[in-house]
Amino acid sequence: MSKVEEKLFQNRYLLDEGSPHIRIKNPAVCKTSCAQPCTFCCPAACYVKNEEGGVDLTTDGCLECGTCRLICQSNGNLEWDYPRGGFGISFKFG
Amino acid sequence: MTEKFDAIVVGAGPAGSAAAYVMAKAGLSVLQLERGEYPGAKNVQGAILYSDALERIIPEFRDEAPLERHIVEQRVWMLTDKSHIGLDYRSDEFNEEKPDRYSIIRAQFDRWFCTKVKAAGALVICDTVVKALLKDAQGRVIGVKTDREGGDILAGVVILADGVNSTLARDAGYRAELDGDNTALVAKEMHFLRPEVIQNRFNIGEKEGVAFELVGTLTKGKIGMGFIYTNLESISIGIGCMVGDFEKGGLTPYGLLDELKAHPSVKPLLAGSEMKEYSAHLIPEGGYKAIPKVYGDGWMLVGDSAGLVNSIHREGSNMAMTSGQLAAETVIALKKEGKACSTQNLARYKSALDDSYVIKDMKKYQGMPGFLHGNRHVFTLYPELMSQAASTMLRVDGLDKKSKEKQVTKAFREKRGLFGLVGDAIKFARAFR
Repeated sequence: MSKVEEKLFQNRYLLDEGSPHIRIKNPAVCKTSCAQPCTFCCPAACYVKNEEGGVDLTTDGCLECGTCRLICQSNGNLEWDYPRGGFGISFKFG
Repeated sequence: MTEKFDAIVVGAGPAGSAAAYVMAKAGLSVLQLERGEYPGAKNVQGAILYSDALERIIPEFRDEAPLERHIVEQRVWMLTDKSHIGLDYRSDEFNEEKPDRYSIIRAQFDRWFCTKVKAAGALVICDTVVKALLKDAQGRVIGVKTDREGGDILAGVVILADGVNSTLARDAGYRAELDGDNTALVAKEMHFLRPEVIQNRFNIGEKEGVAFELVGTLTKGKIGMGFIYTNLESISIGIGCMVGDFEKGGLTPYGLLDELKAHPSVKPLLAGSEMKEYSAHLIPEGGYKAIPKVYGDGWMLVGDSAGLVNSIHREGSNMAMTSGQLAAETVIALKKEGKACSTQNLARYKSALDDSYVIKDMKKYQGMPGFLHGNRHVFTLYPELMSQAASTMLRVDGLDKKSKEKQVTKAFREKRGLFGLVGDAIKFARAFR
């Protein structure tokens, strides 16, 4: 387990299986004209560089902060929404 | 649902609950919608609660609210890699009958606040995301569209208390998307320890608390700040930087937090603790110049949705509550006069906000975000110089004090130059004025 995974392991999530609330619109854009800041800015490390030079997104550990939406706005390559009502992170302390 | 409410409040944070509570208490029909499974489930703050704003809404809150510790000591620490130099202020006067600030745990506090909203007569529905604002042919907001089946609900006014991201306000064209240079990303952990350990470690009594604000070389020349707050049986620790600075690389939010926790001055404070939650949150730090239009035909923005944060004084949730209260009072007055919540009539909310400490304080520091962007060195250079100076003056090593003084002055002049030093002081004073 990586260090950030150990952190996320403490959190409580209600996962909306099969309907991620954030989606990369066009994976090709990540490969060509982007420094991929999402891979080091996301506090839950949801974005990981893949072997093809692109970015894989897994929203399971998402803290719903909104950082990725901000940094991807110049490329406009993210479809960013809140999880369905009641799903996603449930902070016990916040 | 065909019923029409006097008001819909989107969000159950401090801004939304203040607005919903004040309106419901005045007898208005109020619906509050929250996307989390309970109020507070999506909310993150350090957190320090300033009593005044809440006391004006719920005078007896101290008897009921889940408060952690009242703060008797505030420490400001400038950190270098190995040292800290600090300024502490502690006073027994903070042990007053009605303390002016408390540490709180937001998920618990927000849940309590919302029980007050329900008790005042508002309808609170959780597990519900508001997807869009409903508008009539003239563009007037007349309600909301939710992610529930048949989820269109009508109201005389919609108060957007949906937080820093407020995609609703953005999608409706009321606000621009957040800008990474004016938005901070903070990562935080909750560390649990027995109350006696916390009291011994921080030199405080049973209900007393300490608040630390930290700046320094940890953020590697990026605009950033950390904090440590003592709760009853836990410690909140967090650190953040501007999103635009994280974007330049070389630093991850969790890496930065781990570095803070490993700092030689911080590590002993957390020793033996159990980490039970990791969170992250954005803070709108654009200040006065970044405030969008806060009202229009049938809608108002309150709290973080309106960017109401005073980052210099670490105030936000108090401004959220005050703005929620002022928005609510505007709706109550209009209802009494039998007037609609039109753009023209809701301008009263803006005037009330302008007359309050919220906008007055934000105006006072309007130059600060600009100053910090142009002067990132203050976060690294000054902690280093101060630490060096303290080390030089305090070490007894055979060198005479006059020579030591010369060394210190020389270091300051070499690193920044006399004009640089004076310039920093003037620019800082101007921004602070």
